[in-house]
Formats: sequence, structure tokens, C-alpha cells
Amino acid sequence: MSDAPERKHSEVADVDRSLYDFVMPEEGYERYDDGLTPDIVRAISAKKDEPAWMRELRLKALDAFHEMRMASNWGPDVSALDMDHISTYVSPQTKQARNWDDVPDDIKTTFERLGIPEAERESLAGVGAQYDSEIVYHNMREEVAEQGVIYTTIEDALHDPQWEPVVHQYFGTLIPMRDHKFAALHYAVWSGGSFVYVPAGVSLSYPLQSYFRLNASGAGQFEHTLIIVEEGADLHFIEGCSAPKYYEANLHAGAVELFVKDHARLRYSTIENWSKNMFNLNTKRATVGADAKMEWVSGSFGSHVSYLYPTTFLQGARSSCEFTGITFAGATQDLDTGCKVILNGADTTASVDTKSISKDGGVNTFRSSVIIGRRADRARATVSCSSLMLDDISRSDTIPAMDVRNPTASVGHEATIGRISDDTILYLMSRGCSEAEARTMVVNGFANPVSKELPLEYAVEMNNLIKLEMEGAIG
Amino acid sequence: MQDTLLTIDGLSAGTEDKPILHDIHLELGSGQTHVLMGPNGAGKSTLGHVIMGDPSYQVTSGSITFDGADITDLTSDKRSLAGIFLSYQAPVEVPGVPLYSFLRTICQMRPELKTTARKFRERVGQICEQLELSDSFLMRELNVGFSGGEKKKVEMLQLLLLQPKLAILDETDSGLDVDALSIVSRGIEAYRAQCDGTLLVITHNTRILERLDVDRTHVMVRGHLVAEGDASLVGEIDASGFSRFEDELAAKGGVA
Repeated sequence: MSDAPERKHSEVADVDRSLYDFVMPEEGYERYDDGLTPDIVRAISAKKDEPAWMRELRLKALDAFHEMRMASNWGPDVSALDMDHISTYVSPQTKQARNWDDVPDDIKTTFERLGIPEAERESLAGVGAQYDSEIVYHNMREEVAEQGVIYTTIEDALHDPQWEPVVHQYFGTLIPMRDHKFAALHYAVWSGGSFVYVPAGVSLSYPLQSYFRLNASGAGQFEHTLIIVEEGADLHFIEGCSAPKYYEANLHAGAVELFVKDHARLRYSTIENWSKNMFNLNTKRATVGADAKMEWVSGSFGSHVSYLYPTTFLQGARSSCEFTGITFAGATQDLDTGCKVILNGADTTASVDTKSISKDGGVNTFRSSVIIGRRADRARATVSCSSLMLDDISRSDTIPAMDVRNPTASVGHEATIGRISDDTILYLMSRGCSEAEARTMVVNGFANPVSKELPLEYAVEMNNLIKLEMEGAIG
Repeated sequence: MQDTLLTIDGLSAGTEDKPILHDIHLELGSGQTHVLMGPNGAGKSTLGHVIMGDPSYQVTSGSITFDGADITDLTSDKRSLAGIFLSYQAPVEVPGVPLYSFLRTICQMRPELKTTARKFRERVGQICEQLELSDSFLMRELNVGFSGGEKKKVEMLQLLLLQPKLAILDETDSGLDVDALSIVSRGIEAYRAQCDGTLLVITHNTRILERLDVDRTHVMVRGHLVAEGDASLVGEIDASGFSRFEDELAAKGGVA
């Protein structure tokens, strides 16, 4: 291998998913050189005209990234990901719009095909849409703004003298930059994402949604989401992501920091459908105050490799966390997902319910980590994980970890792994369903406990994703 | 001369390592009610499953003709769409699939049953009333946690919705209690009245037949059809069991 090609691309095998798989031209886009240098980091910072503290934070993070080693013996192999061939910043030449008509046509078409403007009209309180490295559209209903809710980009919040100190106070405090190598990378080159502030006592009757679309090939998306739900407030935030398929590796290393104050509630729903050349190395974390509630609903369908373990710190007494998740791993996918809950407050409760589906050689690994702190009297946690394998070449592993340091706490764990029985297929086929329809019906049924937690249109999207994944499953 | 709906001609079938059915000949005329009886393990259920196209059994010789077409090689879904229905002894549970949407799906895939949501709802409501099945079951997951009797009702509900040309009721070992018995009887009566279809009732329990006008009775022993007669054969079996047929088969050397 002495005469290696000039630009070596990380290649992953190809899966048809035409619904999400359309590419818009990148002509005229601002695209920074591949790789990571202080100059690139300074250029991103200068482009955003950031406060000095943010620039310094980025440069420190870059040092950390270069110093830190990859975790060894952890999860799926990511050696195919070569940062020297990833552009960390790609921006369409457009300003952020508040009206879809002001968004360039190809980008607008992209989001229309993904159903975003329609969902916004019908059932959302506000929408942010990110295309590659920058948010291209951001808007919120008047009546929500009037209640004092802030929903904007972190960049805009940093330019607002009222919110810059708030961002400074919270940003990077839940996920330290040295948490792991890709957290350091994230802080060095983060761009886009959302800043949400819900004032005390305010309940939003409709969700806010941010959608992340990575159109560019051989690029990374590093959005940062910072949400603060003040005392007694209530928010449902939805995050969607997709990308067209390329042969070069793409990288997603976002960070989500959620602050749920006393008596507040936050539901954070995600439908992730990255293309199967994506390395999805994402970090999400929430801290929860007394009597407050954190709810995660997570559907992971895409990506080549995922490392995704949303983490919840139940700090306040009687706070609670519910995690409902599903992952679907098909051919060429190795998805290492799970969740982590740290119960520190007294009388805290955590309940984790996850499903995984593997097919065509897909690999699912579910990790759960429940840590009950010394002072968490009477804390209770239950973890339940069920896996469905659709053939003999796929794989599903469950790795639960529990660390209980309080004698009055109680924890439970159950895991089941199953297959679709021939009797079930016969039963459904003898009522007229084709074999493919029968299998899809069973898989949809298996996923139902998760899809019913989603707003209707996302449940429909999830069922469509399952159908898409199941098509062509029968030889 | 009545039209023939189903013709089984010289059919032998079994699992990979074990022949079960031997040279079966059977004709079911349109609109007739046939009963298939026989001791435990005779292969009655297997015959029902083979007619439905259960891939766990392989047909080694012979053919099945339904409604003028050779269906021997068709998959179960094609046979279902052609008008064959098999009510299972022990219907499977399908978690996460609501009964109502399942019913809607299996009806909408048949051009002759396609209808508006409202008409469909009314039709399901009517049948539920006939079967004394509470509406609340419609929102529950298909058969999940249902009692034996409730599962039977759901089978009868599907039978009446799909209105198949041929209904095979596999009641072999279902230890039918009085309730389940009356549910199946009610389903059969409604099916006979509303669909005028052909029935093949597989059982060794003669009580289920008390309220039924039986045209022909067939007796199966060790995978062979050994006797055929009119309704009076049911009474005879009720009185003296299957030993006469077993002895006759043994005398002929027809041991599988």
C-alpha cells in the first residue's frame, strides 16, 4: 500500500433509502479545509464573531482533542473515521431566515420533502432547521414568544447582551470538554444547534422542533443544543436528523445539554435517521431538579456506527427519569446505544424501557448504566430491554451495569431476546398478509410502545422508516 | 349435481422426516358442511394446515384444487385471498398490533371487501354484538392476554368479516368448554346464514356438531381417510368411538 491515493475516503457499504436520499448541489458553499488546525478553529470563531471566552474554549478543546486518545476496547470500530478527511465547517451561502420563502430553493425543497414546514404549520410551536453547519431557518409562534420563551441559535444568543451571560453560565458545564475525545472535538468546532429558555411556570402546549440535515459529503455536523427549563415550566423538544447517502464517511458529534429545574418537565424526543455512512458519536446529558421530570424518547434508525448514551443526573429529591428508546440496525450498521442514569436525590425514580431490532447482519449493543448515589434513599430504578432479531446473521447484545451505593434503594433489570416465530408469520399470512407485510406488522407491533410515545406525525414517520427498512427483506 | 369447491386428489404430505398424510382424496361441494373426525394424532389438523398452505408441511404427491384452480404450490396469503380461511386451535398473540387496525388491514387488502372507515366500523360493531365481544377488545393488542374463549371469538370475528368461500375450523384439541363451544357454534351459524360458504369442521368432539346440519362425515385414522358417510356416522362415532376404524385399517395393513 505504498502508493495510496491522494485522498483516502472511508467507505461503507450501500443501502437503499431513497426517501431520505437526495443530494442538493454544494455549489457556492463556504467549505473549510479538511482536518483540524488552530487556523480552522479560529476561522470558525471569527466567522461567528464570538466573545473571546468562546474562542478560548474552542482552542483549549482543540488541544484536548489532540492530547486525548480514543477509548480503547469500547464499542464498534471507528478507525475508518479519519479526521484528516472530514471538513468540520460547510455553510450554505444564506442568512438565517424567519420565513421559508427567504430560504434558498434547494434547501427549502429539502425541508419540504422532509415534511418540516407542514409539521410546523400543524403541530409545532417553533422550528429550527440546520443545513450542514448553519441554521438556515428559525421561527417561533408569536404567542410562545410573548410568554418569554427563547428559541434561537447559540450564535444569536451569544450576540444578545441579555443571553450571552446565560450561555456563558451553562455552556459546557454538563458535558465537560475532556469527557471523551469527541466531546473535545465538538467544543473545538461546534456550529449551529439551538438555545431554548423556558421561563418559570410557562407550559408550551406544542413542541419545539429542531431538524438537522447534513447534505455535504465528507463533512461533520457539530451542533450544540442548550435547553434550560426553569422552575415549574414544561417543554417538549423534538430533534430530527437525516442525511443523504455517500461513500465517504460523515461525522456527527453533537452535544445536548439539558437543565431541568425544580418541578419542571422536559420531554426530549429524537428521530435519528442518519445515512449509513455516518459515524454518529453524539453526547446528550440532562440534570434534573427536585420534583422535576425528564423524559427521553429516542428512535435510532440510521448511521453506520453510533455511540449514543443519553445521561440523566437526578439531583433533586423525588425527581424522575423515563427513557423509552428503540434502535434498528440493518446491514452495515453497528449501533452501540443505551442510557445512563445517576440517581443522587432521595426518592428518585428511573425507568428505562428499550427495544432493539437487528436484521441483515446488523449489530445492536444496548448498554445501561444505573448508578445510585450514597444519599439517594429509597431510590428506585428499573431497566427493561427487549431485542428482536430477524435472521441468524444479525446480533444483539445487552450489557447492563448497576452501581448501588445506598442500602434502601431498589433496582431491577430484565432483558429478553426473541425472534419472529414461524407460527406468527403463518397466522398473519393465512389472513392474507404477504410474508413481507406479516414481518413488517410484527416489527411495527414490537416498536409500538415507543412509537405511541411520539407525536402522531413522528409515529407515522417511524412506522414508515420501519417499512422502508423491511422492504426487500424477503428474498 | 353440486359444484365442487375443493378437491384433494391423492395427497400425501408430512414434515421433512415424517410422512403424516397418505393418499388423501376429499371433495367438498359448495355450500356443504363436512366434518373430519378421528382420534388424537390422526393427522386431522395437519390436513387443515396443508389446505391452508402451512410451509412446515411438504406435499410429496397429489394436488389441491380450489375453486377451479390448482393451489398446491400457492403460499398461505394467496390461498387466503382466494377464499380459504383456517380458524386455529390456538391463535398466536401478536404484541403491539391493535385488533381493530389488524382487521381493517386484512379487509382492505381484498378488493371485494374494501369499504369506507364508517361502514367498516359498523360492520365490526354488528359482528361483535352477535358474538358478544365487548368493543374494548378492538383496541387491545391482537390476542395478547386473551382467554381461550376470547381468542375463539376473535377467530369467529375474522371469519365473519372475511366471508371466505371455505372455512376450516380446527377444533381438534381445544378442550372446548361450554362457553367456547357456544361461541364456535354461534360463529358457524352466522357464517352459514350470512356467507353460504363451505365448512370443514375438524373435531373429535361431537357436541359441537349437535346444532349443525352435517352433509358428509369423514374419518381419519393414522393419516388415512378410512370412512365417509352422512351425518349418521357422527352418531355412530359418538356411541362407539374410533376403534372399529382403527381395526379395519390395521387389517388392511395400512400402518404408517
